[in-house]
Amino acid sequence: MIAFILRRLLASIAVLIAVGLIAFAMFRFVGDPVDQMVGIETPEAERAQIREQLGLNRPVLIQAAIFLVHAARLDFGVSYQFKQPVIDLIRARMPATLELSFVASVLSLLVGVPMGVYTALRRNSALAKLFQALSLIGISLPTFLIGILLIYVFAVLLRWLPSFGRGDVVRLGPWWSTGLLTVSGLKSLVMPSITLALFQVTLIMRLVRAEMLEVLRTDYIKFARARGLSERAVHFHHALKNTLVPVITVVGLQLGSIVAFSIITETVFAWPGMGQLFLQSIQNADIPIMAAYLLFISVLFVLINLVVDLLYVAVDPRLRGALHGGHG
Amino acid sequence: MEAMAEMGETAAPAATRRSLRSRLADSDMLVSFLSSPVTVLAGVITLLMFAAAVLSPWIAPTDPFNPATNFLADSLDPPRFTADGDPRFLLGTDDQGRDIWSAILYGLRVSLLIGGGGVALAGAIGITLGLIAGYAGGWTDAVIMRVADVQLTFPTILIALLLDGVAQALLKGSSHHETAFGVLILAIGLSFWVQYARTVRASTLVEKNRDYVQAARLIGLSPLRIVVRHILPNVMGPVLVIATINLALAIITEATLSFLGVGLPPTQPSLGTLIRIGQNFLFSGEWWIVAFPSLTLAILVLAVNLLGDWLRDALNPKLK
Amino acid sequence: MSEALLSVRDLRVEFATRRGKLVALDGVSFDIAPGEILGMVGESGAGKSLTGLSIINQLDPPGSVVAGEIRLNGARIDNLPPARMREIRGRRIGIIFQDPLTSLNPLLRIGDQLVETILAHSPLSPKQARERAIAWLAEVGIPAPDKRIDGYPHEFSGGMRQRVVIALALCAEPALVIADEPTTALDVSVQAQIIAVLKNITRRHGAAVLLITHDMGVIAETADRVAVMYAGRIVEIGAVADVVRRPLHPYARGLMAAIPTLETRAERLAQIPGAMPRLNAIPRGCAFSPRCDRVFARCLVERPPLLTIGHRKVACWLHLEAAEEGR
Repeated sequence: MIAFILRRLLASIAVLIAVGLIAFAMFRFVGDPVDQMVGIETPEAERAQIREQLGLNRPVLIQAAIFLVHAARLDFGVSYQFKQPVIDLIRARMPATLELSFVASVLSLLVGVPMGVYTALRRNSALAKLFQALSLIGISLPTFLIGILLIYVFAVLLRWLPSFGRGDVVRLGPWWSTGLLTVSGLKSLVMPSITLALFQVTLIMRLVRAEMLEVLRTDYIKFARARGLSERAVHFHHALKNTLVPVITVVGLQLGSIVAFSIITETVFAWPGMGQLFLQSIQNADIPIMAAYLLFISVLFVLINLVVDLLYVAVDPRLRGALHGGHG
Repeated sequence: MEAMAEMGETAAPAATRRSLRSRLADSDMLVSFLSSPVTVLAGVITLLMFAAAVLSPWIAPTDPFNPATNFLADSLDPPRFTADGDPRFLLGTDDQGRDIWSAILYGLRVSLLIGGGGVALAGAIGITLGLIAGYAGGWTDAVIMRVADVQLTFPTILIALLLDGVAQALLKGSSHHETAFGVLILAIGLSFWVQYARTVRASTLVEKNRDYVQAARLIGLSPLRIVVRHILPNVMGPVLVIATINLALAIITEATLSFLGVGLPPTQPSLGTLIRIGQNFLFSGEWWIVAFPSLTLAILVLAVNLLGDWLRDALNPKLK
Repeated sequence: MSEALLSVRDLRVEFATRRGKLVALDGVSFDIAPGEILGMVGESGAGKSLTGLSIINQLDPPGSVVAGEIRLNGARIDNLPPARMREIRGRRIGIIFQDPLTSLNPLLRIGDQLVETILAHSPLSPKQARERAIAWLAEVGIPAPDKRIDGYPHEFSGGMRQRVVIALALCAEPALVIADEPTTALDVSVQAQIIAVLKNITRRHGAAVLLITHDMGVIAETADRVAVMYAGRIVEIGAVADVVRRPLHPYARGLMAAIPTLETRAERLAQIPGAMPRLNAIPRGCAFSPRCDRVFARCLVERPPLLTIGHRKVACWLHLEAAEEGR
């Protein structure tokens, strides 16, 4: 077991280093760092001095190593656009993105799993067919279209909800600010989180449905029925459990993509999060922010993958046995 | 995505026994197509949109990208069928005086070109790498698959965004407008290749051990010949299914990138760019600028998705 | 003869496919007396498993029972509403499937699966149910049952798993157990053990068994009576000793001849030439006629019903006179 964890940790670190090197390559070789930082009129002598200061004349490998070390210490340099340390910018915007992603994830689970179970168990009911149709639309519509649609209905026509920003937020300590404690904050959360969750909901619903249908066809379900167990026991004691195990892993992995998709949602709703920051950095070729965001996302994904792997082992007894060397 | 790849891996062996053409000729598939009115509708719509896109220079009443022919004086006109509509503009005009209907036709064309181009590129890269990985095995296989696995953990939109950003930064010198097209196709191609590679690799592994391949090797045919002539035709079935479903995704990805402002510029807009422009006018009441491109995009993607669903069910022997 | 425990009359099962209806079971009739072991033997696809599944109404669509009556202790069970049928399953009729690995839910402990079944059919407390479960595990021969009851299916070997399955099928004390190829998925060395366990347990609890298998050797050693199935029909049914020593139906004769015994000197096993017809190509008249070495005109035209000869029944025109003479 320990060996397994160690192996996964090592693999994760390897991936992070690889991504770090890519980030470094972007940093160093895409555009000229010096040109980004100084004005056009700056004399060549000064540029050469800055180059020396930044260590740009040292061997590439050393620069890479230094970059990685700095990155580990969360030092990503200074943004070209804002002339502020990148880490400060990211830190300021992280709560907005994480809070939105969290709410959207919870929402998608609470709605998606029951819908999926329902459409599997009551395959031919009208409601199930409706859900199926909706899911096809959910997968087909790009996230930004959904956001715009919601804005049109709820902000323009009905004027119930705000169409941009986070509303009033409450600071919780030096690191966090939350919109969950104010009315305007909650109102602002509604549409963005629904937009972000919708794609997830359809995905989860289809996955749960497919898995459950698959499970309901297995021999052990047939045997459970043949033993006279009630439909409730068969569906919820046996089938649901077996369905949710593979679903957990997929959902966990999707958590990461929610954070990525928040880029779009943040743009539609002018949500002051990391995604918006990243987008601006792309539009303005602000490499330090791009590199830093890349690394952050990678860390997030690697972490999520690791946790999901461990979760899978914890939940499926067959894997636990395999890791321990197996019994008779 | 995972499930798709797995299905491709198991569907491939059975599907390889008969060529795509002979299976299409089998009435089963045609029957299943015609028996579902939804699928037929989807097929018709897709066809119409493709036709509209191809013929756009001829059927668009105006050329919205020629500033000389823009009707600045008539900017922000509502659609023809509304109360204040101008009979010249079927769906109204935007803030630059461009006819929305023409803009949609041209935008459709651009969206389909980039979507299709991206999928084609992704297919080319994916199939090539998949064949190599499957046939060569060993280190090559391990490396390619490792890269694929790592890339697969990130959502494609993120990869496309990143590639787009890096490309733009690299090409900072030249004008964004000229390179946007190519950059987008490249970004999409490099984001979507993984699925193809995995499926093709799985099929290649199966085919590699078959008698006809062993025989070809004994005769002394070069690996390239064996792979291209013999293995490639047999792996195209599942590839086609992936391509159709990917097409919808590619269109959405391009639209998203354009919407975010890092795709096609307003001077050569795709549907996504039009929606971006239109969003600014939601509150001021000029709803048509965002409504019609949105509707077009939604219907297009829905139709392609339905076709892809049908194709996947039709080509999957397991579901019979 | 005491009243039959299970009585099947003219059971007909059809499969509705795109290309038309396929008849999988065509007028199957037989009885099982309380406590007796009836073997059902035949090639793959002859309809044995379908018969078992039809009895407990667990046919997978597109198969369905279109005609016939199934009676348990005299009362019809083929037309019951789902809730009533569920009461019968497990409690009055148990079933054992072929593959013990896939029959058990891999994510649940076998103790949980046993206790849940026991609780579903009897008013015991969970604690009592657990003790009963342990007792059952001991009866089927699982060593250290009080420890292994908390194990997961993958921690057991194939033979052990099938013992657990037997326990599961019998823990609600049904009067009839349908064993559908219970040893086919097991190692040869283990097969005999499992059959012995099944035989002993059912004897001890007074349960009858419908033993479905394609292994004639198992039938010869275990069953009281045997029904030979071919192409969805029963072609011969009688006491095991009789049918094995003096098979009447040409197909049955071929089957018995194919059993290798210690006395057999032949170099190759005797084979019946040809193959069983597919469901969409069943010949007119007797289904076995294309392969029969004693076929004559009537066989090709008219399907033979089950003719009674003493305590046996045979579906073959060759024995028409014997049946009529009442021999």
